[in-house]
Amino acid sequence: MPSSVMHTSTDGHPSPAAVSTIGLRKSYGDKVVLDGIDLRIPAGSVFALLGPNGAGKTTTVQILSTLITADDGQAQVAGHDVATSPDGVRAAIGVTGQFSAVDGLITGEENMLLMADLHHLPKAEGRRVTAELLERFDLTEAAKKPASTYSGGMKRRLDIAMTLVGSPRIIFLDEPTTGLDPRSRHNMWGIIRELVAGGVTVFLTTQYLEEADELADRIAVLNDGKIAAEGTADELKRLIPGGHIRLRFTDPTAYQSAASALTEASRDDEALALRIPSDGSQRELRSVLDWLEAADIEADELTVHTPDLDDVFFALTGDTDQPKGAVR
Amino acid sequence: MSALTLAVRDSSTMVRRNLLHVRRYPSMTLNLLLTPVMLLLLFVYVFGDVMSAGIGGSADRSAYIAYVVPGLLLMTVGGTTIGTAVSVAMDMTEGIIARFRTMAIHRGSVLVGHVVGSVLQCVMSVVLVGAVGVAIGFRSSDASVLEWLAAFGLLTGFALALTWIAVGMGLVSPNAEAASNNAMPLIFLPLISSTFVPVDAMPGWFQPIAEYQPFTPAIETLRGLLLGTEIGHNGWLALAWCLGLAVLGYRWSKAAYDRK
Repeated sequence: MPSSVMHTSTDGHPSPAAVSTIGLRKSYGDKVVLDGIDLRIPAGSVFALLGPNGAGKTTTVQILSTLITADDGQAQVAGHDVATSPDGVRAAIGVTGQFSAVDGLITGEENMLLMADLHHLPKAEGRRVTAELLERFDLTEAAKKPASTYSGGMKRRLDIAMTLVGSPRIIFLDEPTTGLDPRSRHNMWGIIRELVAGGVTVFLTTQYLEEADELADRIAVLNDGKIAAEGTADELKRLIPGGHIRLRFTDPTAYQSAASALTEASRDDEALALRIPSDGSQRELRSVLDWLEAADIEADELTVHTPDLDDVFFALTGDTDQPKGAVR
Repeated sequence: MSALTLAVRDSSTMVRRNLLHVRRYPSMTLNLLLTPVMLLLLFVYVFGDVMSAGIGGSADRSAYIAYVVPGLLLMTVGGTTIGTAVSVAMDMTEGIIARFRTMAIHRGSVLVGHVVGSVLQCVMSVVLVGAVGVAIGFRSSDASVLEWLAAFGLLTGFALALTWIAVGMGLVSPNAEAASNNAMPLIFLPLISSTFVPVDAMPGWFQPIAEYQPFTPAIETLRGLLLGTEIGHNGWLALAWCLGLAVLGYRWSKAAYDRK
């Protein structure tokens, strides 16, 4: 059921919340975007808000980063109420939105110095921080070029570097890897891990379960403006039946004997394929392999399917036989 | 840091940002400067003799140079503020504005940056067009220091007023093209003012429109200050237009920016 894993573990030593919300609501006209969001994110952790386009992820980030106001509910960020003390919130946060928030008309270095000035850093300090961050994000060479000439990955790196100028305690990253090529995506993951190692709290939104899994301590699944489930990656994965090992055969006889031996597998007689439920872990894969070996079954092709976001949604909303297009 | 020092500091940072844009992309400024300079040369060297006779001057163009330069200086201000509308609209489509809004900076500093940057740009443009005017023979008729200062003040005040209007136009425009269209009156109004011909040479039904629109009183006041012609009620009218447009533009811009 949707709320079955909400608020599962409190370990008895709750760290102070960096972000907490109660009953956050937002509508645009008739369209309800957020329908009562409760969150509690401990300081120093990484929290991922996972959901498809239109689920309300960006709206949540916009409310928490004081860009827009909620219709109802409460939200506190770094101990400040977003509605009554927005400047207190702004002083503590850094935001990297989904769309590049750099000034394309000026150079990367000028963008950084602009941030330093707006954070009221002394001139020398501003130059030092700029040089340091440009170096760290591999932008030193491009520093004197207009930001509009940067590639997507470079823009995103500059964006995050600008966010870090004021040493924010809480960082919001709205879909930080959407639109990036695989190499840039992995670079970005590395950057986010470094941030966390530095002790900041990271609130990130993503469409990719894999990304949430890689980075987050806790994940909340947002669907149609509601939190459908919340928990650690492992807790969520247990809810998802989509993971399986697929064995494909070319010889019908081998297929038949394997199918009769593997009673727990579901059959696809036309493709001569068997699906064995699995969480995709090495341990489980090895036990399946050992078992196949012992039973003297040799499949022509073995693939491991890990659950993806679609599976999460089908599992959490119970609409298992809906076509993909029906899920917003 | 007090609220005022914060406001001043952030605003001056934003002004530097806007001036950097102007310096990096001078083509737009030059493009907008081209219109008044071309019109000046066209009306003086091509139509000059006829125009000069038309305003009751002698058959040489010098009388017409004196007549047309003040209007073209104000037209330069109008043209420059079109650039402001476009750059505000472009700015608002950029993610950087959203970033500014999530930072603990003075909220109005983004707009103040545009406004101060635009007024400085107007002053520079007016000086350049004025220099062209002087180069082709424009001379003031014994204007005192006070009159020069008043002329400068009028041009700056007019620039400030039109800039706030242009900022509002830029804020309500979804993109640069729309902003450029919406800001057309800023370059069109000087064409139907007393820039090129006196109002009383226009058709009767049109005269009130030409006479009381913002540009004509400002042009007549500038003429009076630099050339010693009669200012009359135009001084007060120009002042009222400057104040009125500045307040209207400021409120409009503020409301439009807060709505975003």
